[in-house]
Amino acid sequence: MREPTWFVWSRRIGLTLLCAFALLPVWVMVTTSLKPLGDVQGEFRWFPSTVSLDAFVEMWRTIPLGRYFVNSLVVSVIASVASVALALLAAYAVSRYRFTGRQLFSVTVLSTQMFPGILFLLPLFVIFVNLGRTLGIDLYGSRPGLIITYLTFTLPFAVWMLVGYLDSVPRELDEAAAVDGNGPMGAFFRVVVPAAMPGIIAVLIYAFMTAWGEVLFASVLTDESTRTLAVGLQGYATQNNVYWNQIMAASLTVSVPVVVGFLLLQRYLVAGLTAGSVK
Amino acid sequence: MITANPAPEAGTEARTGSSPVRAVTRRKKRQWLPYLLLLPVVVAELLIHIIPMLIGVGMSFLELTQFYIRNWTAAPAAGVGNYRFVLQFDEASGKALLHSFWTTVQFTVIVLALSWLLAMAAAIWTQHAFRGRGLVRTVFLVPYALPVFASVITWSFMLQRDNGMVNHVLVDQLGVTDERPFWLIGDNSFWALIVVEVWRLWPFAFLALTAGMSSIPAEQYEAAAIDGAGVLRSVRWVTLPNLRSVNQVLLLVLFLWTFNEFTVPYTFFGKSAPEQADLISMHIYQNSFVTWNFGTGSAMSVLLLLFLLAVTAVYLLLTRKKDVDA
Amino acid sequence: MRLKRITSAVAVSLVAASLAGCGGNEETSGGAAEDVTLTYWASNQGTSLENDQEVLKPQLDAFTAATGIKVDVEVVPWSDLLNRILAATASGEGPDVLNIGNTWSASLQATGALKPFDDATMTEIGGADRFLAGSLAATGAEGQPPTAVPLYSLAYGLYYNKAMFAEAGITEPPATWADLIAAGKKLTTPERWGMSIEGGSVSENIHNVFVFSEQQGGSFFDDAGKPTFDTPENVAGIKQYLDLIQTDKITNPSNAEYSNGTEALADFASGKSAMVMWQAAAGSLEELGMDPADIGVAPIPAPAGGEDVASIVAGINLAVFENTEHEQQALDFVEFMTSTPTQIELNGTYGSLPAVQEAYSDPAFQTEAVETFKSILDTRAVPMPAVPEESQFETLVGTAVKNMLAQAASGTVVTEQAISEQLAAAQQQLAG
Repeated sequence: MREPTWFVWSRRIGLTLLCAFALLPVWVMVTTSLKPLGDVQGEFRWFPSTVSLDAFVEMWRTIPLGRYFVNSLVVSVIASVASVALALLAAYAVSRYRFTGRQLFSVTVLSTQMFPGILFLLPLFVIFVNLGRTLGIDLYGSRPGLIITYLTFTLPFAVWMLVGYLDSVPRELDEAAAVDGNGPMGAFFRVVVPAAMPGIIAVLIYAFMTAWGEVLFASVLTDESTRTLAVGLQGYATQNNVYWNQIMAASLTVSVPVVVGFLLLQRYLVAGLTAGSVK
Repeated sequence: MITANPAPEAGTEARTGSSPVRAVTRRKKRQWLPYLLLLPVVVAELLIHIIPMLIGVGMSFLELTQFYIRNWTAAPAAGVGNYRFVLQFDEASGKALLHSFWTTVQFTVIVLALSWLLAMAAAIWTQHAFRGRGLVRTVFLVPYALPVFASVITWSFMLQRDNGMVNHVLVDQLGVTDERPFWLIGDNSFWALIVVEVWRLWPFAFLALTAGMSSIPAEQYEAAAIDGAGVLRSVRWVTLPNLRSVNQVLLLVLFLWTFNEFTVPYTFFGKSAPEQADLISMHIYQNSFVTWNFGTGSAMSVLLLLFLLAVTAVYLLLTRKKDVDA
Repeated sequence: MRLKRITSAVAVSLVAASLAGCGGNEETSGGAAEDVTLTYWASNQGTSLENDQEVLKPQLDAFTAATGIKVDVEVVPWSDLLNRILAATASGEGPDVLNIGNTWSASLQATGALKPFDDATMTEIGGADRFLAGSLAATGAEGQPPTAVPLYSLAYGLYYNKAMFAEAGITEPPATWADLIAAGKKLTTPERWGMSIEGGSVSENIHNVFVFSEQQGGSFFDDAGKPTFDTPENVAGIKQYLDLIQTDKITNPSNAEYSNGTEALADFASGKSAMVMWQAAAGSLEELGMDPADIGVAPIPAPAGGEDVASIVAGINLAVFENTEHEQQALDFVEFMTSTPTQIELNGTYGSLPAVQEAYSDPAFQTEAVETFKSILDTRAVPMPAVPEESQFETLVGTAVKNMLAQAASGTVVTEQAISEQLAAAQQQLAG
């Protein structure tokens, strides 16, 4: 389709403004990370008057940034992949089968998004501790505990969103695959999953970011050895001083791999898979 | 009856219609399969969400103050006492809750509208390939990748009255006003919080909509183009209908999240928000974690749950009705 | 005293070990004292969490060497500490020994999660009279055995910029609140303000107005522990604070939005203000680039004829978790942490004041600044209300003051009537 000129221009202007909106705080973070601590709270300047890379060196010494980063990465990757996998199975059932309890399942899962998280925190903690005492499953203070928690947080939305994406995959596709001698699960993995890939990637990114950024539960469910970045960064705000420049330096540094990951994943967010295979 | 996902019904009819025999036998034989597929999700949700939530509901009927937090079973039953306390609208506590509720409603509606519009516009602009599209999409996701603590703190730096970037641009460079406005306190703090929340939220909506648009068959656009539809008409007649089920979920979930948003205001304002931007989750936090009175905090949460359930039920009914009309 | 206790602990543990050897006791209690590992949650006192680990390590090693008890220390950031304690309290799964902010003492005492130090226990760890009386007053509700002992003591002081004072011809730090206002007016120029405050911070606000209300003879709770927020004295105390911005105009209205707990101090360090009310700030000020020669500190003055109160009793307490399985070892550790050599070492490094009298004989604590703070703590400091609703009170009144400051900053004068209404509303919300 030929794009009219007005659309091309609106796109240029619109996307430029949106990029500016998205990146404005990033610019402030960059300049702040390059300032000596004493200058951080001084008058705003677009470019810092004195540039220093000290924060990027000091930040590793103030908190165990490397360990927090690894913790966050491990927890977020496992939780998001597991969440998408489980949600896909459930979404397939909801999207392709009529069965008793289907409505109940959907609505109950959704209702979990309505109770403020701060109020689960305490009961959840008590459940974890008691599981540890009675069954010897150590969930409190451990990575598995945090992984299960995040996994569960992202499941409801992941299921709902994936049902939407799966619904948009034409049913003729699984019918055809089933006719070709695949069982229902075979049809699912060979045809439906590839066709719903953009949706799966979107949900994966969402699940990863939820685990990556969660603060409240991580602050209570982790200890020093399992603490994640989102919480650990607050360690730069100490009793006596807040190392703003190091907070910014550390945040920028740890975000680089995540942004690169997006860059690699975003090419799966393209049309064509479905379009090409439906006739 | 609430139909959670109305769209597939039509498809099912079509399928069973096309080859009734096979569909019926398959359904009978595989009746256990959907339950098996749901099982992991159900177990996880029960353990982490549903049971703690039920405990939370139970807590709302207890006088669960710091005196009993060590031994919940000893906490005296409060009956509906906690509810009565939080609903005293003629007293300061009830007024504060009501104020917080309305603030949250306004906040949610504005954030939802802005985030969705920005995301929709950006997704339409980036739907068809052009040079630099991958980069633009990645840039849009950057706010999502930055640790929320750091990015929200950065916004509060930018919005400082004396040394912030916003006032530097508005007052020193553009000269829009002479008097430096406050953004972190007072009336403007509500709008400042909205900007920060939209900044955090819209990339997610963008992601979901982009993914939704990716699976719209190109043929539909081609057909629309042959019919002489321009950009706007093909958005209206092709894009939006195809995004219906994605949008239905997206808007609902954005609504629920925004309504319960905690991390952003908590980081942005510190332990207590200005009156003008006192969101309900902050209010509940102060009435449970800060005061260690989990009875009243839970009662507020249950009321919130009931409200959101009602909104959701109405929403699902309405969106379903439209579906039938169409 | 300490040595005797530790030797006896060793003796007891040897007996226990030999008994265990014969009796084949169960795993948890069967090990010798050498096998005991205490979990210790330390609060963040140093320049970073890592720094705290480094500072504490030699001390903990010395303790292990002397007693055979190992200590597993976790430095918990302030942002997490109270929630971690809450979770530990609700579940019973927590550390053996922990640090708490001393203003939390009465609230935590009410939960029953902390072991009471009754007279016998107190004697066991060396007696109550070793501690600074002022700091000991902030370890729990009156009439009940304390559930914590002071570890690091702190107090507010009025930091002033000596160079600016000299330049303005002011030779003495202000002796009354009126002097302070007069000095502030003299020092306020287009480039700087007389005083900076952390006006958006709930805790700074509540600490300040509490002191001002005490100076006016006011009180937020009566002797029976009932809230008495809306009194003329409390209103006057809050007005004294608000007037810095709205009437005296010696504080930048922008200070009303300072909430991250560093901005007022940063303004002082960079010369944007001439005075600031802060706790042990010398280290931070130097780190922010201020010349140590310019830093002066004096007690926060009271209005003429008012009560001579200059600070709250600030500081960190040490407590034993009620659910500990190693009570004896935990008490040994408390005794060790509050022993004079450990106190000298740790408080010296952290810039806080020792919590035990004896430590002040050390030359490290015979500086002018330490003497100022010690005398504030000894004679002019009042503990925050020792009632279970303390944290609720801090939040409600602190938030109300924050909102009133915001109003004053935007140019609307907050009247006594308005303050009184805010206090009444806060008190009603406390009732829940």
